[in-house]
Amino acid sequence: MTVESLTNLTIEEARSAVAAGRTTATALAVAHYDRIEVEDKAINSYLALSRERALVQAEKIDAMAQRGEELPPLAGVPVGIKDVLAMRGAPATAGSLILKGYRPPYDATTVDRLEAAGAVLLGKLNCDEFAMGSSNENSAYGPVRNPRAMDRVPGGSSGGSAAAVSADLCVASLGTDTGGSIRQPAAFCGVVGVLPTYGRVSRYGLIAFASSLDRVGPFTKNVKDAATMLEVLAGKDAMDATSSDRPAGGYVDALEKPVEGLRIGVPEEYFGEGLDPEIRAAVEKALDGLKAAGCTIKKVSLPHTKYAVPTYYVIATAEASSNLSRFDGVRFGLRTAEAKSLSDLFRKTRDAGFGPEVKRRILLGTYALSAGYYDAYYKKAQQVRTLLTRDFLAAFNEVDAIVAPVTPTPAFKLGEKTDDPIKMYLEDIYSVAASLAGICGMSVPCGETSAALPIGVQVLGRHFDEATMLRVAKAIEAAQG
Amino acid sequence: MSGQSGVTIEDVRRVAELANLELTPEEEPRMQRDLNAILGHIAELNELNTSDVPPMAQVGEMLDGNAVHTHGETLRADLVQPSVDRAAVMASAPETDGRFFKVPKVIER
Repeated sequence: MTVESLTNLTIEEARSAVAAGRTTATALAVAHYDRIEVEDKAINSYLALSRERALVQAEKIDAMAQRGEELPPLAGVPVGIKDVLAMRGAPATAGSLILKGYRPPYDATTVDRLEAAGAVLLGKLNCDEFAMGSSNENSAYGPVRNPRAMDRVPGGSSGGSAAAVSADLCVASLGTDTGGSIRQPAAFCGVVGVLPTYGRVSRYGLIAFASSLDRVGPFTKNVKDAATMLEVLAGKDAMDATSSDRPAGGYVDALEKPVEGLRIGVPEEYFGEGLDPEIRAAVEKALDGLKAAGCTIKKVSLPHTKYAVPTYYVIATAEASSNLSRFDGVRFGLRTAEAKSLSDLFRKTRDAGFGPEVKRRILLGTYALSAGYYDAYYKKAQQVRTLLTRDFLAAFNEVDAIVAPVTPTPAFKLGEKTDDPIKMYLEDIYSVAASLAGICGMSVPCGETSAALPIGVQVLGRHFDEATMLRVAKAIEAAQG
Repeated sequence: MSGQSGVTIEDVRRVAELANLELTPEEEPRMQRDLNAILGHIAELNELNTSDVPPMAQVGEMLDGNAVHTHGETLRADLVQPSVDRAAVMASAPETDGRFFKVPKVIER
């Protein structure tokens, strides 16, 4: 195989090329590292490369292939990992200065599962600091550029994870999604991104942002690859008490089932003012495709949608203010040199280590939880969270999946929204409600704007019904031709 | 939502202290402006009457009511198990004597 053809493979193509001896896992890894060397100077998607570990794993897979053994599902597949997940011995910065130099002594469960399934882990991917952002401009290590339009953002917070898959700097990647951080960058970069149901995928080894919302999920080049990744990632983990032991798997097989007869809900609240007309048209076209495939399209109402963003920014920041208190310069990462007392050490380290958006969210969360304000903000937001979840539970009594836009606009320009936090937060308007409700969701490419910017369509599914969501996504993908 | 339109500089300083953050004099007014803008947006939640709505802290509790723990979203058995090696953890510490994390003196006498 030519070098170029080694770096535009899907999971299925990469694995079968290794299995059939048309290439080796080592050649795949080297070809990707060579491409990263050249292309990533401008894109800035990788923060660290784990070359040694990758090549050891690749040799192991090559030896298996040579002996003619049956290869695991991700054998030889080059994968990148968002830098909020722990990879033993590799840097884990979470895009923050406060974790500069930290190398966790253990693997996240998702990292461990990917490697056990044969994946070759290339390195750590850039992201907004502590996954707080919608443009990847909050990384302390520089922004990521959108490979499809280099003057634009890749989305965030998993901007590096989306950009790396989009630019063929890995075949698949892991990201995390707290309020849209997988689905939005997937839409901006023209790749597939999956938010599994809360509890479906272990979070052990994930640097926590908002624990009742954080989830880990894959980015891939197509829907089938996403199903393959989810098959490996999903399932109970004894190391994560919030992971569920409901039966997992069957995602790849589910793609074979036709979508005929499925009821698809279209929430009117997701098609209101502010939605880019080209995105509206592309999503409507995707719905036409589902109708042609035999689905019933039905209007549904999610009446509390407009309250999702304010609810999210109370709950996520409150949890973040608590989670991020562990970064104090005592046990890992940055410590400022001249501290006179312990509290001085905490303050100086946190001041030097955290960027402005992280400070803003810690302050907001601390304020919302402080004496006298708890009922007005935090409890109120938790009550509205119940209403938002009930909206979805009621809709899913009538339909099997919901289809909507992922974002109101296509990828915006670098610097365009950095001055106004609310403008940036409203970027999440179509993604945060699913995060709060805990349901599964994904972004699937569904065309381009007239300026050739990718458009994503969002498919939302019932709690733990990733199989139906993936089937619908596959039908949308197939209708693109 | 009392005070949502009126976070003062003193409030910002008090919250920063609670959060163990040290803000520069330039950061304080900026944070005050941003907090007021965001809290103003959050005040929209007051349009909803939620007096009869239970708060939702976790996703699991919404799914099956009391049956949720039959699905394993629960704690593992309380057994002694091997954990991360101390030397490996201490390798990442800013200052350590090999057994403990070292910090500036906590109690002055």
